Amino acid sequence: MLTVKHLIDEANKNKCKISDIVCRLQSREQQVDEYQTRKLMRSTLETMRTSVKNGLKGGVSNGGLCGKLSKEYIKHGRSGILLGKIGKDAIAYALAAAEHNACMGKIVAAPTAGSCGILPAVLLAAQNEFEFTDEELVSGLLNSAGISLVVAENASISGAKGGCQAECGTASAAAASALTELMGGSPEMCAHACAIAFKFILGLTCDPVAGLVEVPCVKRNASGAVNALVAAELALCGIESVIPADEVISAMKQTGELMSISLKETSQAGLAVTPTALEITNRLGL
Amino acid sequence: MTNIFDIIGPAMIGPSSSHTAGAARMGLIARKLLGSVPQRAEITLFDSFAQTGKGHGTDRALVAGILGFEPDDVRIRDSFKYAEEMGLDFIFIDGGTNDYHPNTARIRLYGEHDTIDAIIASVGGGMIRIMEINNMPVSINAELCTTIIFSKDKKGTVARAATILTDNDVNIAFMQLFRSEKTGDTIMVFETDQTVPDTVLDILKNTDYTSKVIYINNTSSYKNER
Repeated sequence: MLTVKHLIDEANKNKCKISDIVCRLQSREQQVDEYQTRKLMRSTLETMRTSVKNGLKGGVSNGGLCGKLSKEYIKHGRSGILLGKIGKDAIAYALAAAEHNACMGKIVAAPTAGSCGILPAVLLAAQNEFEFTDEELVSGLLNSAGISLVVAENASISGAKGGCQAECGTASAAAASALTELMGGSPEMCAHACAIAFKFILGLTCDPVAGLVEVPCVKRNASGAVNALVAAELALCGIESVIPADEVISAMKQTGELMSISLKETSQAGLAVTPTALEITNRLGL
Repeated sequence: MTNIFDIIGPAMIGPSSSHTAGAARMGLIARKLLGSVPQRAEITLFDSFAQTGKGHGTDRALVAGILGFEPDDVRIRDSFKYAEEMGLDFIFIDGGTNDYHPNTARIRLYGEHDTIDAIIASVGGGMIRIMEINNMPVSINAELCTTIIFSKDKKGTVARAATILTDNDVNIAFMQLFRSEKTGDTIMVFETDQTVPDTVLDILKNTDYTSKVIYINNTSSYKNER
């Protein structure tokens, strides 16, 4: 099983970044050269960017509970008033991709469809702010793929198995690590960013209203993106996670296993059974 | 190690990898099993697919797949309209509960000459598994290049099919055989590392006791990109 520690050790041994190690491992495993892996990740980045652009145009979701949040938010006079430009862009892009998903648009599952807004939001907002090239964002995606893979192999990235912490939690931790690398952080800092982001989201349940990937999923993508910014900023300032990333991921797995099935994508408890949620469920005939 | 493009990916039409992308792939696989252009589809939805499918566009995704649309085709959203344009007649039936998997559908397709009756499940992350073909229990996930041979249960048919593949430089990764004692039909499934050329599929088709050969290409992200 791949671990975060292995990624750090390999990066340090080879005096390179986590993204380089992920690219190498993936290319070797799939028997392709590294150029092909980067090229495919480049097209993944383009699909993500298109999903954000299309989401910002607004749409009609299957349940009608969202669709125009990102569009209305980004043009609101007070957007970014508290979190500044990078925060505003991250929120808008995360909402946009997640809403595009809810509107049956084309997205990249990262790692899942329900959490598809977090990675593109963090990377594209950072690109606006710091003028990263697309090639640098590809490295960011490779870094995040490595973290997500560790979670998939050692815990789970499925809401039905681990709750929302497994979906949005993984996306947020992966985005925090990617952003830390892009900002010049060391492999250890990436791991701390990952661990810190995960710890913020541990225990998060998956209790969507009417079983739709709309409420609370869409807004949760925005919080997952901002969560990644907070974790990356702490890590970049040398603040360490007391619990190492691999142990946090094990804790996430255990927490998911202990979580009641009613809170894991079954819509049998929590937000999904509030009076308002039940009224919506009845109204939609779901 | 898992392919990272299965983790950061796939590109798909939302909102749900199991209920939308997986459903589209189920429809597509059913179309491939038919082996011709479907004119009519009877789709029975079970359990979670019947209960929460509508909110996830499961019905539209299934029809899109039957029309031949891939899980990342933006036409999925409007597949009912395309079905009308492309002459596909379809009905949905609520099947209640089933024993295979919560996300399961039975897809009956009718082409001009052929019919197929398949039970397929969406098993997570957009992946699927064929559970029954023409009332015969099977277990096929169609992840690698998959050749499915419908044949009569006669001595030597398996050896002959394997020999044809081997003689043409196709390396067999997995092989499964399913038989119905009642009808005397068999289904052979060969999963291979390499793609199987059309010429080889033609040879397989033209052997005795073989009624149909279906080929499903590898879905690997790198191969799709090329």
